[in-house]
Amino acid sequence: MADDVTIEDSSEEVENPTVPPSETERRQLHDLWTSGTEEPAWVVASTAEGAQLMLPRDEATAGDVAEESGTLVTDDRLYKDEAVEEEITILNMGPQHPSTHGVLRLQLELDGEVIRRVKPVIGYLHTGMEKTGETLTFLQGPTNVTRMDYLAPFHNELCFSLATEALLGVDVPPRAQAIRVLMTELNRVSSHLTWVATQGMDLGAVSMMIYGIRERELLLAFFEKTTGLRMNHNYVRPGGVAADLPDGWQDDVAEIVRAIPDGLDDYHDLLTENPIFLGRTKGVGVITSEECFAYGITGPPLRATGINWDLRKAQPYSGIEQYEFDVPLAENGDVYDRYLVRMEEIRQSLRIAAQVLESMPDGDYRTGDLKVTPPPRKRINESMEALIHHFKIFTEGFKVPAGEHYQAIEGPRGELGHYLVSVGEAKPWRLHCRTPSFAAIQSLPIMMGDQLIADAIAVIASVDPVLGDVDR
Amino acid sequence: MSEQAPPPEEEVVVESARLRLAPLLAGLAETFADATFEESVAGQQVARVESARLVEFVQACRDAGFEMFIDLTAVDYYRRRPGPRYDVVVGLLSLEHNLRLRVLVEVDGDVPTAPSITGVYPGANFYEREVYDLFGIEFTGHPDLTRIMIQDDWEGHPLRKDTAVGSVPIQFRNTNKVL
Repeated sequence: MADDVTIEDSSEEVENPTVPPSETERRQLHDLWTSGTEEPAWVVASTAEGAQLMLPRDEATAGDVAEESGTLVTDDRLYKDEAVEEEITILNMGPQHPSTHGVLRLQLELDGEVIRRVKPVIGYLHTGMEKTGETLTFLQGPTNVTRMDYLAPFHNELCFSLATEALLGVDVPPRAQAIRVLMTELNRVSSHLTWVATQGMDLGAVSMMIYGIRERELLLAFFEKTTGLRMNHNYVRPGGVAADLPDGWQDDVAEIVRAIPDGLDDYHDLLTENPIFLGRTKGVGVITSEECFAYGITGPPLRATGINWDLRKAQPYSGIEQYEFDVPLAENGDVYDRYLVRMEEIRQSLRIAAQVLESMPDGDYRTGDLKVTPPPRKRINESMEALIHHFKIFTEGFKVPAGEHYQAIEGPRGELGHYLVSVGEAKPWRLHCRTPSFAAIQSLPIMMGDQLIADAIAVIASVDPVLGDVDR
Repeated sequence: MSEQAPPPEEEVVVESARLRLAPLLAGLAETFADATFEESVAGQQVARVESARLVEFVQACRDAGFEMFIDLTAVDYYRRRPGPRYDVVVGLLSLEHNLRLRVLVEVDGDVPTAPSITGVYPGANFYEREVYDLFGIEFTGHPDLTRIMIQDDWEGHPLRKDTAVGSVPIQFRNTNKVL
């Protein structure tokens, strides 16, 4: 049978590659595969991995060769001294390098072991989430954005929800606000713990990885108890949160607030005075305040240069201004100072969590605005209108007045901003996410210039990039 | 629960921040007579300028105190409004005055073109590459206008509204593009 089913003359297909195979061709191909006979040559040629290998040198164009060896552009950083051509090595670090925290590729131009120029190459994790956001309703939006920065899902959800609420003009009850503050601050702790774990591991302190992840487990267990999931929670939604806190949440938060500072003391013993750690981090990866401004670097790297700028203080959101906390600062802007700032931020976030624990207001955990809040379960059983209303909210969604809004909050990595454009429909016309990791990756050439390859690892870890956040 | 009172001082602070900046925005409005200033949702400051004067305007903003570059993106109003199809959106922040400014520029054409602001804020580099990649808006004067998210030989610009959502065949290089 297979002999009859040859779709020959593949050259014709190549000339017109956009024509999809017809239904008969698809069936023939299916018969071919299920009959167990050998695939025709054109199938092999179009799907085999061999087609993706490097081309032989005599066939490759100049562009192909440049791409294989890594192309560098000259704009990223201008160096004064002209090194001799032969001494330069171009090294591709990544995208599968273990200490690049994901699929980040750095093209390093090396003079011996000294980095002369760096070009970050990103996009390996690009999945078009901003486009996806345009196909989801405002109620479904958090499911999408929560997957961007997967170490800080609550912050993404909160930012999206605040932007939507600003367009809607909806107020959120105090309890929902307090729950949001509690969850985002605990999320900041868990994100920073992951960071301290990976920072330690990248510099050779492998036990740090185990300790950091160990303490983080407490938080993840609490998140799971509250939201049902350890990450990608979809818990904070426009209008409030998805559900109230579980029974016994006070004990869990009290335990977190008690236990994590003990862990922090251990980390300080392990790293803060450690001569190897000091040698690897002090004076490494320096960035100045002016460079931070020019490159849009916010969050701990900015505060490590001595600039007192925290959106929780400057442009407070979700009622965070009622809680007392300090903004830790440092002055040198190097890897070590970023370490100190983040370590202190963990304590301050726990301080906020402890205050939320004491002052949690009673009341509803979502807004009473019936346009955005589905009717309670009990009403659905009794009332046809409630059932219809519930159905419409979850199928069509609610319409948001036309307008545009940029909402920024202080994420663990810096300013996280969502720019929402609505044209009066139930889905956003445009969702743009201004992510702190994207700005941080762009500034890597500044921090890495004229330093050793080993320092590059410390620098990458110190800006705490999440590649899902970079590529979106 | 105990601290339910929204602190009244805070509103005063916001008010005064705006008042402090009023001369600054007035100064900008004076220099750029064709620019329009308005307040968006939640009192955010929005300025619309001519594409040709964007670099000049952004430079003036930076000199006036908007020291931090925050964001650059674009919106495609395909068949949604008369006139130019795209908005390029630049987000700026003044730490000293605690104020944000959003600068909108309308661009249009088969190959929409806007001036690059990398000369003023070098941080715009990656952002302009992203907009070029996903919207096909070209930035004149950009040092390295290449694709950043998608591979170089990809056809089309996915965030344009006339690009449909759906599956596309994976574009491997050097393969017979059948199936």
